This record gives sequence, C-alpha cells and structure tokens, in this order.
Amino acid sequence: MGGTKFDLIVIGGGPGGYVAAIRAAQLGMRVGLVEREHLGGICLNWGCIPTKALLRSAEVYDHMKHAADFGLIARDFGFDLPKVVERSRKVAAQLSGGVKHLLKKNKVAVFDGHGALDGKGGVAVAGGPTLTAPHVVIATGARARHLPGLEPDGRFVWSYREALVPDIHPKRLLVIGSGAIGIEFASFFNSLGSEVTVAEVLPRVLPFEDEEISALAHKAFEKKGMTIRVGTRVAELRKGADEVVAVLDAGGETSEIIVDRVIAAVGVVPNVEDIGLEAAGVTLTDRGFIRVDGWLRASTEGIYAIGDVVGPPCLAHKASHEGVICVERIAGASDVHPLDADRIPACTYCRPQVASVGLSEARARERGRAVRVGRFPFLGNGKAIALGEPEGMVKTVFDADTGELLGAHMIGAEVTELIQGYGIAKSLETTEAELMHTVFPHPTLSEMMHESVLDAHGRAIHF
Amino acid sequence: MPIQILMPALSPTMTEGKLADWKKREGDPVAAGDVLCEIETDKATMEVEAVDEGVLGRIVVPGGTDNVAVNSVIALLLEEGEDAGALENLDVPALVKAAPVSVGESALPTPVNGQITDSVTRAAPTGAQGERVFASPLARRMASQNGLDLSRIDGSGPRGRVVRRDVEKALAEGTGRATAPAETSAAASSAPAPAAKAPTAADPVFALMPEFEALPNTNMRKTIATRLTESARDVPHFNVSVDVDLDALLALRTQLNDREGADYKLSVNDFIVKATALTLVKVPEANVAYTDDAILRFKRVDISVAVAVKGGLITPILKDAASKGLATLSAETRALAEKARAGKLQPEEYQGGTFTISNMGMFGVRSFNSILNPPQGGILSVGAGERRPVVKAGALGIATVMTLTLAVDHRCIDGATAARFVQDLKRLIEDPIGLML
Ligand SMILES: Cc1cc2nc3c(=O)[nH]c(=O)nc-3n(C[C@H](O)[C@H](O)[C@H](O)COP(=O)(O)OP(=O)(O)OC[C@H]3O[C@@H](n4cnc5c(N)ncnc54)[C@H](O)[C@@H]3O)c2cc1C
Repeated sequence: MGGTKFDLIVIGGGPGGYVAAIRAAQLGMRVGLVEREHLGGICLNWGCIPTKALLRSAEVYDHMKHAADFGLIARDFGFDLPKVVERSRKVAAQLSGGVKHLLKKNKVAVFDGHGALDGKGGVAVAGGPTLTAPHVVIATGARARHLPGLEPDGRFVWSYREALVPDIHPKRLLVIGSGAIGIEFASFFNSLGSEVTVAEVLPRVLPFEDEEISALAHKAFEKKGMTIRVGTRVAELRKGADEVVAVLDAGGETSEIIVDRVIAAVGVVPNVEDIGLEAAGVTLTDRGFIRVDGWLRASTEGIYAIGDVVGPPCLAHKASHEGVICVERIAGASDVHPLDADRIPACTYCRPQVASVGLSEARARERGRAVRVGRFPFLGNGKAIALGEPEGMVKTVFDADTGELLGAHMIGAEVTELIQGYGIAKSLETTEAELMHTVFPHPTLSEMMHESVLDAHGRAIHF
Repeated sequence: MPIQILMPALSPTMTEGKLADWKKREGDPVAAGDVLCEIETDKATMEVEAVDEGVLGRIVVPGGTDNVAVNSVIALLLEEGEDAGALENLDVPALVKAAPVSVGESALPTPVNGQITDSVTRAAPTGAQGERVFASPLARRMASQNGLDLSRIDGSGPRGRVVRRDVEKALAEGTGRATAPAETSAAASSAPAPAAKAPTAADPVFALMPEFEALPNTNMRKTIATRLTESARDVPHFNVSVDVDLDALLALRTQLNDREGADYKLSVNDFIVKATALTLVKVPEANVAYTDDAILRFKRVDISVAVAVKGGLITPILKDAASKGLATLSAETRALAEKARAGKLQPEEYQGGTFTISNMGMFGVRSFNSILNPPQGGILSVGAGERRPVVKAGALGIATVMTLTLAVDHRCIDGATAARFVQDLKRLIEDPIGLML
C-alpha cells in the first residue's frame, strides 16, 4: 500500500480513530491512519479493556469468598496480583492485535509515528512521509490530568497507567476522585483486601449519576468496607520513606490519613499539543478541547475532530459514534444526524455496577419537564435472588406529558449489560406504552426494567 | 443479488428531488467515486457518486424524472462476476415498494415482461387518509396531542421516518396542521394558519383570462413559495429606511481599486456587506433569530447574499463576514455567485446565514422592502446609488445617495434597535475609513 495521497487521514488509532478509518474505508475512501503508540488507543491498552479484565478477577475472587453462601467449599484460595495483571495485559494485547487486523482487512494504510498537521493541508509523520488528503480527522484522545502536588511520582502516586500495572499490592490506598475511573480502581483494590479511602470534592460519589443512585452506591461501597469522604479535598501529600500522609480538607476541617499508595483520578486533559493545531488555525474551547460543530468539523475547513479530544463525555463508544457520524457526513451519506448526548449510555464496572442513559431526575426537572418516576428494587426480582444479588435498583424517568423515556438509572449486578435495552427504546423513541407491551423473559434481571416502567405509571406487579 | 442504488437525501429535510441526468449508461463499468447521475433539489444540482463498483445493470428511474422519493431504487448495479441474468428475475416494482419511504401504490411503475414502462416514481404521501406513515411512537403521540397530521410532516429519521425532532420542528414552524382553521372555529385564532392555497391551472377563474402557457414549478420555485408565504404570513415585519451619502465610499473604492498591483475589483456591494457585518457586531441585538423559548443571539455574523439565478434566487453565505477583509469578501462573493448560477452550491454554502442582504441597485431600483428569510431576524434591501439633490450645510448640493431599507422580525427586534442599526450603518458608510480598521 504505497502512496501518501488519501481521501481521508486519521490521526490517532483509538476507538474514535480506528472506527472512523474503517467506516470511511467501507464508504469507498482511501484512508491513512497515523498512530504513535498502540492501535486501540487508551481504551484497549490502558483504559476500558484492561480495567475490565482486572475487575473480572476481583469479581471471581469475591464469589470465591462467598462460596459457602452457595453451598460450595473453597479452601486455600487467594490471589496472585502479578498473575492478575498479566492476564489483563494479555487481554489488552490480544485486542490491540485484532484492531491491526481489522484495519488491514479494510485496506487502511497504517503509519507508525507521531502525526501533526503541517499547516499546508498535509499531515507530517515524524520520521516518515508527509501525507495529504482533503479531509483530516484528529482523534488524539486524552491523558490523565495532573493536579499540582498530586502528579504521578514514579513511586507513591499513581495515575491509571501505573495503577493498571501495580508494583505492589497496597495495604492502604487513597483514591482521589470518585468518577468512573477512580471508583473502578477503588472497587478492584477493595475486593483484593486493601483498605481503601475515596476522597471526592463534590458532595456525592459518582457525581454525574442520578442522585438516588449516588446515594445507593455510597452505601454499598461503605458496606463493602471502603471509606468514602465526599466534600473533601486532598490538601497535601507528605511523602515519607515508605508511606504517605495525606491531608484531607473537608470544608476547612482537616484530618490526616496514612496510606501506601495514592491513585489520582481527577479527570483527563485533551492531547492537543504538538499536532500543528495553531498553524492550521484550529481553535479550542475555553476548556482546551478542540472546538467542533455537530458534524465534528473543526474551525478550519477540511479538519475534523472526534472522541476525547473534543470533550466529555470521555467514553469509547461516544468516540466511535462520533467517528462514524463525521465520516458519513463527509461522504454525503443520507440519514446522518449529530450525536444526541442524551442517548449516550455511561457505565461503571465497580461492584455493584452502575449504568445510566439520558437525564437524571433532577436534570429532567431542571429542564422544566413534568416527570413520572418509576423504581424497582433487585429485592423484588426472582433472578436477582437466585443469583444471590439482592442489592440494587432500576429507576426510570418519563415525561409525564408525552410518555417519552427521558432517562434510566440502574445500580446492581449486570446492569451494564442491561442498559442498552433502554438505549434502544430511546433511539426508537418508544413511549411507556411500547415498553409495557414488550414481553420480558422470565426469570431475568431485565424484568426489573419492565417493572420500573410499570411503577412509573402506578402499575408495578411485584412490588 | 444486484446492488440497489437508492435516491439519496442531499439534505436532512429533502424528501424528493429531480433525477436530472444520468452520466453513466446501462452496461457502463462503474468504479467507486464515479459520478453516476445528477440530482436537482430545491436549491442546487448535485452529483451522485458511486459507493460500490460494478457494472450499471439497469437504470430504473430515467434522467429528467421529477419528484423521485428519497430512498426509492433508481438503478441496479451488477457486482463483479454477476451477469445481466441476475436482473431478469428481479421484481423491480417490488424493490421500489420495499424501499421504506411509503410510495403511492397506484403510481408505481408497472413491469411489462420485466421492462419498466412507466418511468415515474411518485413522491411520498401527500396527506391522503389511510396511507401508512412511518413515525416513531413518540412522534405519533406528540402529533396527536398537538393536532398535527403526520403525513404532512417531513421525516428526517431512518428512511424518512418521522421522529421527535420533526414534530418539534413542525410545531415551531406552525406546519403540519391536521385541520384548516375555518373548521376549528374558536381555536383557530390561536393556531397558525396553513399555507394559503393557490388555485390550480384548471381553476375556472383562468377560463375567463387570456390563453396561457403553464410553466411547471421547479423545486426551487416551490421552496420559495412556501418559505416566503410562511414568512410574510407568520412573521410580523416592519421596515426602517435611511438615505446614505456614498461619495466618500466611492472615493475610497476608486483609490483602492486603482492601487498598483491590485488583484481585486471591489464593488459598492462589497463595501455594503462589510459595513453591514461590522454593524451587526456592534449591534448584536440585530444578529438574532426568534424561537418560542428564546431569542437566539448569534456569536458570528454570517451574511446571506441574495443571488438571482435562472428560475429563482438563492442566498449563498459569506461566513464570518465581519472578520474578513474587503478583498476576501469580494472574491468569495464572486465565487459563490458563480457557483450559484451554475447550480453547484453545496447545502452548507446556502443554509445557515444569520442576516440577508438583497441588492437591486444594479437595476436602478430606488428603494424596496424585502420579505424576511426565516429564521433570520433581519434583511437589508439595497437600492441604487444615484445623484440626488441634497441639503448640505444649509445649501442645496448634489451627492450620490443610496436608500437602505431594513426589514426586521418584530418578535425579536424592536424599533429602537432597528433605528440604531441603520444609524450605525449609515455612519460607517459615510465615514468608510472605519471599514478598513
Ligand atoms: C482507566 C480507564 C478506564 C476507562 N474505562 C472506560 C470504559 O469502561 N468505558 C468507556 O467507554 N470508556 C472508558 N474509558 C475512556 C476511554 O478509554 C476513552 O474515552 C477512549 O479511549 C477515547 O477514545 P479516543 O479514540 O478519543 O482516544 P484514545 O483512546 O485516547 O486514542 C488516541 C490515540 O491517539 C494516539 N495519538 C495521540 N496523539 C497522536 C499523534 N500526534 N500522532 C499519532 N497518534 C497519536 C494515542 O497514542 C492513542 O492511541 C476509560 C479510560 C481510562 C483511562
């Protein structure tokens, strides 16, 4: 695959970039993709996938701990952290190899190296050729944000990168930030027996979820033995020879805890440096992300940006979907629409799991909607009891006037696999009526999704 | 199985279009990216490129066919290795029927020995009762709650399905009503009226009039008719005029055009565009659109310029006109006008301006009022610059004077704002050095 002239060039091979490249190739474009480190991006190599592999080990281990509840006998069991990590790395490597194969199959030309706009309409690959195309998609992603005093130091303070390949099993761990990433690591190390403290500046954990879900999660985490400190800022880390004293500030009231390691999970910043944005005249938002319109077009003609580099929600499926919209629009395909943020599901794979799509109850009310809310607890579901997972809830929020499903919020076992049912309902624009008419198989956890809809209309059967 | 080539939607709101001309003939090999045919929409002619490769097996909808519904099959492409025999057993009308936009039954082309005789595929339903309209459950409910007829609403969802945003749009624009206001008596006064019906050519009223030739309405003509009827009927317009002294501007123009090595030729209109854009930056209250919930104040000035084209007019856009220099604006205007006349404007080149300028100065028109270009809040009508007697410093003199008339949407722009706008604009034109700063 020689040549440096393409119809479309993608910079960055994460879930935004590689999906955009494949879709463009399907639409008949000649596509070049530049990736400097690893195909699959953060998601496959240092994000979604390896964390899920770790969390699976933790889950199996949790089940082993409760073997007796199921009439099973497990003796002499434990964990081998290096082996757990090794499995996680293998899973990541396998999938990254898969992406390489997919790109090849779709005849996408992959260039290894750092790519940058050259300001003359081309893309320069460091140590390689300069590529040209009428359309360039920037999908360079994001990296961990470093707050002053909380930067990874090669020893005590980890970002997600270090936390994914831990050098020790920390007995005492402080996690700063209770978004999805922080909570997943907190949950993992908690299952492995670490004493975990989570410090969150905002007044609740998982602050982007529905308030009721945050409250239930808070309780569940405490029940599992975590210490949750909301409304709390980490004011200072005093590093000793073998341990760290963390000074916590809860609205002026300070306290100290001693830990072995600290994970800073305080958000991400976009990768916008050294990629020639200025020379190309591409402008940023106040928060430093690349500014794009609903079609993912940047301020300079012929330049587009997708995924984490254009801002939250920083999720792999959002990045991929933007990639598809962007190139389909370029190709002039019909029935392409800007992404509706209210239809992007969000999942956290801690135990218990959390999943949601659409507006929280509070947001729906802020938007002036008259709402009807339905709730159904895991305790009322046969399958949940049979699984030994009686904790959790499915909550639905409907527009009282039109019956539109505005949002759905779940906490409990396997909810990350369930949420897409409501995602489809939202895409198809069902009202409560079609959801009520749908036959849900028995016994499944999904029956709670039905019951929650019924409850919103005063018709729940099993509660 | 041969690949079906479907009538594409060239813009989100397009439901039908004219298949103007085929660029490939049956039996021609086709590579991805080849131009297959040209399609005329209400605004422009666009080329349709092949996505797949193969041999053009059969043209289902011939060139020159009007009102071809989006997503109906227009041709069949044989894949590599497939021979024409693959077409023999294909029931093309069935394919057309299977195309998800509901196509009027009776108007389907009829096959005779596998040959298509009737070349016309009819457009989507026009509101007849009982026809199947594809719509989401939510759209259905919202339509029935608001008394809208789904078959009168353009669907923008997959394969033309009517979805929430289409119903919201119809509500915002007051279209898609199920019943005429006369039938709804009391409620009528608050409900927006449907488009005034024009008579048909068969109407008896024409029988008493001289013989005529009926020139069928192009898509562009239909769009002009509906949009301007809606605007004139639903938007409360008022006009504000000023006379501006052009002499200083003309002197500056000569000076700039005569500069050595000037590779531009600035027109008076270029100056008016620039001055208008700068004034809109200064008076952002005039760079607005009215919606039911809020007045949208745009953060950039995108000027639509009315260009007369064969069979109508179109308004290509000078994006971010305030921050562009005169020479750039001049070159862009020329390029856009040429593209417009050639029918080659892309949708993003004529959709989305924030304010319109219409200039009839070249026809010697002294002054005129324009109808607003919805959803924009303002439109400026530019008359001819002519030598007129003026009173200057108490004495009668002669100056080149032009009359500018601003029409605004009173829902979002009040008299004081309109007056301030024309005052600032006048000042800038009469002291045009401000345009250079
Ligand atoms: C610990 C963790 C867990 C996560 N878990 C989830 C989850 O469960 N679900 C979920 O949806 N999301 C999750 N995310 C977020 C998810 O990883 C990101 O949203 C996603 O990877 C964004 O995709 P992207 O394509 O925009 O960017 P990235 O995946 O960051 O990919 C960008 C790619 O571009 C490359 N690159 C950057 N600059 C250049 C350049 N100049 N030249 C060439 N190449 C360049 C990088 O090497 C990288 O491979 C998680 C993130 C983390 C950190």
